[in-house]
Amino acid sequence: MKAVIRAENVSKKYRIGSRRASYPTLRDALTEKLRAPFRARRNGSQATNRATVWALSDVNFEIHPTEVVGIVGRNGAGKSTLLKILSRITEPTSGRVELYAKTGSLLEVGTGFHPELSGRENIFLNGAILGMKRTDIARKFDEIVAFSEIERFIDTPVKFYSSGMYVRLAFAVAAHLEPEILIIDEVLSVGDMAFQQKCLQKVRQMREQTKAIILVSHNMISVRAICSRVMLLSEGKLAADGSPDAVVPHYEKLMHEQGLEAQERDERAEGMGQIQIRSLKLIDGQGNEKQAFEIGEKVKVVVEYDAVEPVKDVIAYAAIRRPDDFICVASSTKLERVALPPLKGRGVIEIEIPELMVIPGHYVMDVIFYDHNFEYRAYFLGRKRLGFEVSSQLPSLDAMYGVVYQKQKWTFLGNEKILSDEMKANK
Amino acid sequence: MGLTTSEGPSASVSDAPAQAITRPTGKLLTFDAVPLPDKPLIIIERSHSWNAINLQELWAYRELLYFLTLRDIKVRYKQTLLGAAWAIIQPLLTMLIFTLFFGRLAGLENRTGGIPYPIFSFVGLLPWTFFANAVTSSSNSLVNSVHLVTKIYFPRMIIPAAAVAAGLVDFALGFIILAILMAYYGVAITSSLFWLPLVIGLLVILALGIGMFLAALQVKFRDIRHALPFVVQIWMFTSPVIFPTSLIPDKWRWLLALNPMSGIIEGFRAILLGRVIDWNLLGVSAAISLVLLISSGYAFRRMERSFADVI
Repeated sequence: MKAVIRAENVSKKYRIGSRRASYPTLRDALTEKLRAPFRARRNGSQATNRATVWALSDVNFEIHPTEVVGIVGRNGAGKSTLLKILSRITEPTSGRVELYAKTGSLLEVGTGFHPELSGRENIFLNGAILGMKRTDIARKFDEIVAFSEIERFIDTPVKFYSSGMYVRLAFAVAAHLEPEILIIDEVLSVGDMAFQQKCLQKVRQMREQTKAIILVSHNMISVRAICSRVMLLSEGKLAADGSPDAVVPHYEKLMHEQGLEAQERDERAEGMGQIQIRSLKLIDGQGNEKQAFEIGEKVKVVVEYDAVEPVKDVIAYAAIRRPDDFICVASSTKLERVALPPLKGRGVIEIEIPELMVIPGHYVMDVIFYDHNFEYRAYFLGRKRLGFEVSSQLPSLDAMYGVVYQKQKWTFLGNEKILSDEMKANK
Repeated sequence: MGLTTSEGPSASVSDAPAQAITRPTGKLLTFDAVPLPDKPLIIIERSHSWNAINLQELWAYRELLYFLTLRDIKVRYKQTLLGAAWAIIQPLLTMLIFTLFFGRLAGLENRTGGIPYPIFSFVGLLPWTFFANAVTSSSNSLVNSVHLVTKIYFPRMIIPAAAVAAGLVDFALGFIILAILMAYYGVAITSSLFWLPLVIGLLVILALGIGMFLAALQVKFRDIRHALPFVVQIWMFTSPVIFPTSLIPDKWRWLLALNPMSGIIEGFRAILLGRVIDWNLLGVSAAISLVLLISSGYAFRRMERSFADVI
């Protein structure tokens, strides 16, 4: 099949610090030029070997018509650089990209909005910046205004808008762009939940009008909901490419590892240190310590602590977090009405989870001790986290079924029964 | 291009979605039947040589130029008490001060060849004010549009061009004052007014040529912002704004001609006040302006590719 986008060995090099760092001044440039021959003699070729970083290295892919491609990866993996190259904002250092259809990119909603101009004026300005024709904007004007839900304020300067109104108007213009290839960067995470839903709906609709959509997102729920294919970037390279079901777990694993690395580093920095958690273990029903469980298993969390200073009014809290830090399930001594005595020296606390019902994926067990009087995150007395994995025999059990699975009883009552019930109700 | 637009120029492509068959589920069946062009529409790669100015692309983005210009015009006097009156007050007050100091006190009013000094200086100030404002605002325009340059693609030249174009409104307002002044002093317009568009064209070409180059340079070197006001001031005193070229000894005239603003300002005066047009001087200015615009266009294209990385 023919491709709409073909990328061959695309690489992009940045000089460290040259991006949004200090600006070179003429003086620097001149002294640099004057010194260059002398320094070259002194240091040999070192001068040319300045610290550079490859934001992308040898990325190859083809995108075919009808595909909706999600680009995922950690921060700094090269996602934004790739989008910027695809939308022609910056040039690759080497390699090439061929585009076989007209592209429209949305790296930010509201690009070029001017605070002093009214909503109406900004619709035309922003539309023109996004590459829409004046006649097209005029034709869709009412539709855009209706979508944004700000009819009453359309002639008010946007500087008086609330941030929600601003974003709604900005997205409304963007949503009425009709490119053949649409490139989007994280714009779906704007506005309140209801508006996000509307945006998602709009993107689904756009999917039928465009040849291909490429989007960057950190939200795996929307990636799974929209994308037909996912590309995982890691350190500037294409690490995985395939269906969402195949690639998203890779990404989650990566995020999970990154999270653990970060925890190792700032373990000491967290909390006030009155209580040190010496060990955190997960024990299954058979009494084995492990870090991979089946959904529905019984899990015992064993916390060995050392109260370095005697503390009273302590609350212990345990949460199961997703890699994106979302709390799936949590409990605490306060919630369960377990009064902890004043803690002094070493001790052990056990938390029993009769059935671990979070949907398959990577998680972090997050145990925190805090002072009853200071229920703020900054005042932890002590904290420790432990990563673990949950799998399931049911292959279809995924994010589509929410965060926590709850067994439900389904019964098919038959078509006729419903009909007769309805008739009864009508009588 | 979506379902609703079918007037796009590349018909083979833009008709495509209309042929797509959708299942009741809303899932696309296939685009296989859709003709994709054999050759890529756009190739993105590192540009190696000096790129020619892509006039076709600039033309395609003409509406953006219009809207950016409109934005600059609308925003310029927002939240000001006097609004567009500022466009008149500035050159008017400058003219009064010049008339007092240079005309009266320095005695230049006797050297203008019979033209009342207020009109003499105002006719010089009119193109000069436009030029100075246009060069300053276009030279700052790219740096002030970081959010556009790093977020969306379009020919970057449009940004400094819009800044120059926006200045034309103030320029036009200045002509109203000039008309009043001319009526007051009884200066009649002559048939040489026919040449006015030519000189205005040259003025715009020169302002764009310099403004565009400085804008690109400023992306990398913010020194421009600090140096420019000073340079513009010096430049005014080396241009025949407050003095006539006849004041300059003949052997130094050639030096004056090297300043393209000389021919343009003198041209304005001759055309508006019905004097003899110095075609030699104007010709040199025109040649210099055109060369500046073209070379600055090439230089801009060359620097353009690193804008998003450096700005």
